[in-house]
Amino acid sequence: MSARIALLGIAALVALPLVTPGYFLHLLIQALLWGFIYTAWALMGRFGFVSLGHGAFMGVGAYVPALLWNYEGLTPWIGIPLAVALSVLLAVVVGYPCFRLRVVGHYFALVTLALGQVVLLTIVAARDITGGSLGMTQKAVGHSWYALQFPEKGYFYIIALLLWLGGLLVWRWIDTGIGREALEAISEDEEAAAAIGIDVTREKLRVTLISAALTGLGGAFFGQYLMYLNPETVSGIGVSLQIVFAAIAGGMYAMLGPTVGAFFTLALTEGLRVWFGANFVGAANTIYGVLLILFVIFMPRGIAGLIEAGWRRNRAVTAMRQRSTPAA
Amino acid sequence: MDIFLLEAVINGLLLGGVLALLALGLNLIFGVIDVVWIAYADLVMCGMYAVFWLYSGLGWPLPLAFLAAIAIVAVLGVLVHVLIIAPILGSAPINQLLATGGLLYFLQSFATLVFGTDFRNIGVRLPIIEVGDLFISFARLIAFVVALIGAVALYFFLRRTYIGTAIRAIAQDRDIMGLMGVDQRRIYLVTSAIGGALAGLGACLLALQYDVHPFIGNTFGPLIFMVCVLGGLGNMIGGFVASFIVSQIISIGGYYSSVELSYVMAFTLFIVLMFIRPRGILAP
Repeated sequence: MSARIALLGIAALVALPLVTPGYFLHLLIQALLWGFIYTAWALMGRFGFVSLGHGAFMGVGAYVPALLWNYEGLTPWIGIPLAVALSVLLAVVVGYPCFRLRVVGHYFALVTLALGQVVLLTIVAARDITGGSLGMTQKAVGHSWYALQFPEKGYFYIIALLLWLGGLLVWRWIDTGIGREALEAISEDEEAAAAIGIDVTREKLRVTLISAALTGLGGAFFGQYLMYLNPETVSGIGVSLQIVFAAIAGGMYAMLGPTVGAFFTLALTEGLRVWFGANFVGAANTIYGVLLILFVIFMPRGIAGLIEAGWRRNRAVTAMRQRSTPAA
Repeated sequence: MDIFLLEAVINGLLLGGVLALLALGLNLIFGVIDVVWIAYADLVMCGMYAVFWLYSGLGWPLPLAFLAAIAIVAVLGVLVHVLIIAPILGSAPINQLLATGGLLYFLQSFATLVFGTDFRNIGVRLPIIEVGDLFISFARLIAFVVALIGAVALYFFLRRTYIGTAIRAIAQDRDIMGLMGVDQRRIYLVTSAIGGALAGLGACLLALQYDVHPFIGNTFGPLIFMVCVLGGLGNMIGGFVASFIVSQIISIGGYYSSVELSYVMAFTLFIVLMFIRPRGILAP
């Protein structure tokens, strides 16, 4: 039953671009791509491994294929896997010692923050080829499968949809796999988990590498879609924090939570932008900032957590009524 | 020795003073309240705007604008504690870090809303001192000296006053001090105010040297954290030493390559040192 609903939902999503105006399609593509990236972050975040440096993986994912395409004429079909591999490598180089030496909590967050800065500043410093803070554009060739460039938004919509679904599958895979219990044990108490024979370093590294790979992939397609890369918009602290907060606002403990976060934050910023107009630059983000503080203080499980709790209460009430009806 | 290299070393030393001051403030808050204020550098940004607005906008005399800016940021520090930290003091430490991250967003956007994204300068031009062939910026020299005075003043406050002793005691053992009759909430408020005031003082010193814009915190913030963690979070002397190491790397690295690459070097060193000496460079 639920599988049929899911299939119907996906069919509806696939058919959507046929009836949607361009502006909304643009928003949808962004929401799905961000949803994918936020989901990738939450794969780690839900177990308490809070990374403030996912902008690093996104930056690598976006810049590597673009640079290879512009300077070597290498197709993104090879460039994107290379970028993902590089993201994973970066995650290993920083993640392995972190987990091995038990760098946790604040310290882990700050190490990842530094990693984000390293990637951001490297991109800016290599301004001869990356254009530095001014950003860069990929050489445009029009509609091309070879270059993965599609002026029509429909193609990217389908790509984004597939990516997003893939992200959800990975989430499910981890959620139902044996590693999940190990990770939950680690997030509760690392020492205790190690004491009962869980290979803490391996488990943490595994989920981190998956998260980094997916984030790199998301960054790559984000770059292919936007056709303009700027270090501040695809990497750095701003992006890293955006990822963290959208995932938290949506709810990082539920499969669809990060996606909810993507739609919520996009609807909020777009809505506020339309509401306030262009005269009040920053108004939208000011309200967003206040909401984030309120979310962390009052709703650490996010919107999805709120919905879940309401749903559970509803079910409990229904179950109670059903139980009490025959008696009465 | 190369005269330009010498200049780079001296500039690094002078930058280190301000970094040390800000690291002291952040370290104090971490050591006492056990919270990382991710938005600390954005409080500095608020202070710089306060100076700009009072001095250039309202035409207050500069020293008065400085004092007011310090007071404003101190109050901001108290507000941060009361409104954001206090409600979630009992929850996971990472939540407190994230909540102040929301504050970072808020402050940057709010500054954009009020002042726009233009670079603002208070327009005070201090002379350049010539010593032989060396050119030293007077603004940086003042910043260095004042930062050192601030650090020493903080040291005596923590050593010689009753409340300073209580602050140090709380940093050592939170639970016992409650039993000894120390009002923890009051200590937290005082600590937040001092942390804010140090950010305000740092803001005044930076306003003399740099243009202010809403995102200046993103430039200084990671540096200050790096310094604190390198010194060992909560370890003030370590933070003091670390700030000069970091500022030298940035200054000398910038002399040999580019500014960005020198930051890359500093951050990479930070990551590596986190693995080798996770409790700070001065840890036993």
